[in-house]
Amino acid sequence: MTLLQVSGLDVHYGDFQALYSMDLTVAEGETLAVIGANGAGKSTLLKAIAGLVAPSAGEISFDGTSVTTLAAHKRVPLGIALTPEGRRIFKSLTVEENLLVGAHAKRKGPWNLARVYEAFPLVADRKDRVGTNLSGGEQQAAAIGRALMSNPRLLLLDEVSLGLAPVVIEQIYAALPAITSQGTTVLVVEQDVNQSMKVADRVQCMLEGRTVLEGAPADLTRDQIASAYFGI
Amino acid sequence: MQWLNAIIQGVLLGGLYALLAAGLSLMFGVMRIVNLAHGALAMLAAYIGLVIVQGTGVSPFLAMVAVVPIMAGVGYLLQWGVFNRALRVGGLAPLLAAFGLAVVLTQLLQLKFTSDSQSLQTGSLSIASIQISDDISIGVLPLITFGVGVVVIAALQVFISKAPLGRAMRAASDDPETVPLMGIDNRQVYALSTAIALGTVGLAGMFLAVRGNFDPNYGQAMLIFAFEAVIIGGLGSLWGTLAGGMVLGVAQALGSQVNPSYGVLVGNLVFLAILAFRPSGLLPKAVTA
Ligand SMILES: Nc1ncnc2c1ncn2[C@@H]1O[C@H](COP(=O)(O)OP(=O)(O)O)[C@@H](O)[C@H]1O
Ligand SMILES: [Mg+2]
Repeated sequence: MTLLQVSGLDVHYGDFQALYSMDLTVAEGETLAVIGANGAGKSTLLKAIAGLVAPSAGEISFDGTSVTTLAAHKRVPLGIALTPEGRRIFKSLTVEENLLVGAHAKRKGPWNLARVYEAFPLVADRKDRVGTNLSGGEQQAAAIGRALMSNPRLLLLDEVSLGLAPVVIEQIYAALPAITSQGTTVLVVEQDVNQSMKVADRVQCMLEGRTVLEGAPADLTRDQIASAYFGI
Repeated sequence: MQWLNAIIQGVLLGGLYALLAAGLSLMFGVMRIVNLAHGALAMLAAYIGLVIVQGTGVSPFLAMVAVVPIMAGVGYLLQWGVFNRALRVGGLAPLLAAFGLAVVLTQLLQLKFTSDSQSLQTGSLSIASIQISDDISIGVLPLITFGVGVVVIAALQVFISKAPLGRAMRAASDDPETVPLMGIDNRQVYALSTAIALGTVGLAGMFLAVRGNFDPNYGQAMLIFAFEAVIIGGLGSLWGTLAGGMVLGVAQALGSQVNPSYGVLVGNLVFLAILAFRPSGLLPKAVTA
């Protein structure tokens, strides 16, 4: 069953067009990775799905209903959660308070404080610290936990691994099976191709606001990906 | 002992300043709105109180039970009708909107009630005092005002650090762009913040009104002291605002002790000294900032 369908999506920032008639489909329970170089439009795509930027054309439908013009805060109760690029942890709130703010929509589901702490020991150890005093990895784990607290059906992860040490990236991705095993659909965006190939059922590669390649990781060759990624 | 008396009176006066400044501090802390209409709104509250007292004959204290929720409602509508739009425009728009509101509101109050001084009588309470020694006597009304100021600040502080809405207010203060991703509507958080702020303005306006004579301009004249209290205490910090109010009140009372016309001057000098030597205030960056 299709959970998310994006069709013909255009997004402009003023005169600059960031997405050109983007199409994307995610089936319920699937993990899709969107890869692409810096500036390809990946974050813009996720923001449009979450409702932070308004598309100038096209449709976004979630679980069969159009959410194209729905305000961002009204998409969370439907089950769309975004962990934004840069983590955006609330700096003056403690980790636990960040998680509680994430639960604001009070959606029912498997995730609560205890479950998040279990999935991310990194977060549990730091629960009383304020956002300012966290390392990048701790912030990232807390940001994912915060998104999970809304018990999303669709979790959007933007650049999880950006700026983190490999061992920390490993730790954070280790929690992904615990998330997907709950039936949560995941859309990851990464510049790090290898990382996303490991976790994704399907990969879609973007270049300058368009999809240039898509398929299952096993069906794509390194050369195909490299040329799609760099546009050569 | 006269000096000790002056300090005590100054501390009590500081409670009134803190009460008036609490809403200012809250709106700045959550939305970075400098509400220049705060004093005019306090006078709106005072005149609403006056109408209630004159219409029903109840005591001003009982009238507060109605004034506070009315002002909270005004705040909620004001945020949706004016400030949320101004925030979307950004830049100076919220400041200008507040300034315009102050002018319009003051004019409207003058039209309706004239510029003549009014007063709200509290009967024997207005002269009641507790005699501590020959030189020191504490007025019951200033003491009540001080107590209300402290309780309001403390209650706001607890609310902001513990209640879910308080948490959302801090989150909105930190990073408003990320708040919608939590399923929270910033505009609603702001509207509730302004409702709470104007509830405290309702109290402040009523306590200004029972303290002595008031007219439509009186609130704006007092607003400068509230601003000084906020800045002395540290922007966005509620405990700081209370401390700032008390520092200002004590400075004014000590100045007046030297010469009755020096009170405001000495208060302003202390304010300037703090700006010069400790521009972030006494207790900067507590919870809301
Ligand atoms: N707020 C913005 N205003 C103007 N241009 C933007 C804005 N955000 C992104 N862009 C531009 O849109 C393009 C796509 O950006 P983005 O979606 O962030 O790419 P990615 O996440 O793939 O690195 C880039 O060229 C970027 O400069
Ligand atoms: Mg990006």
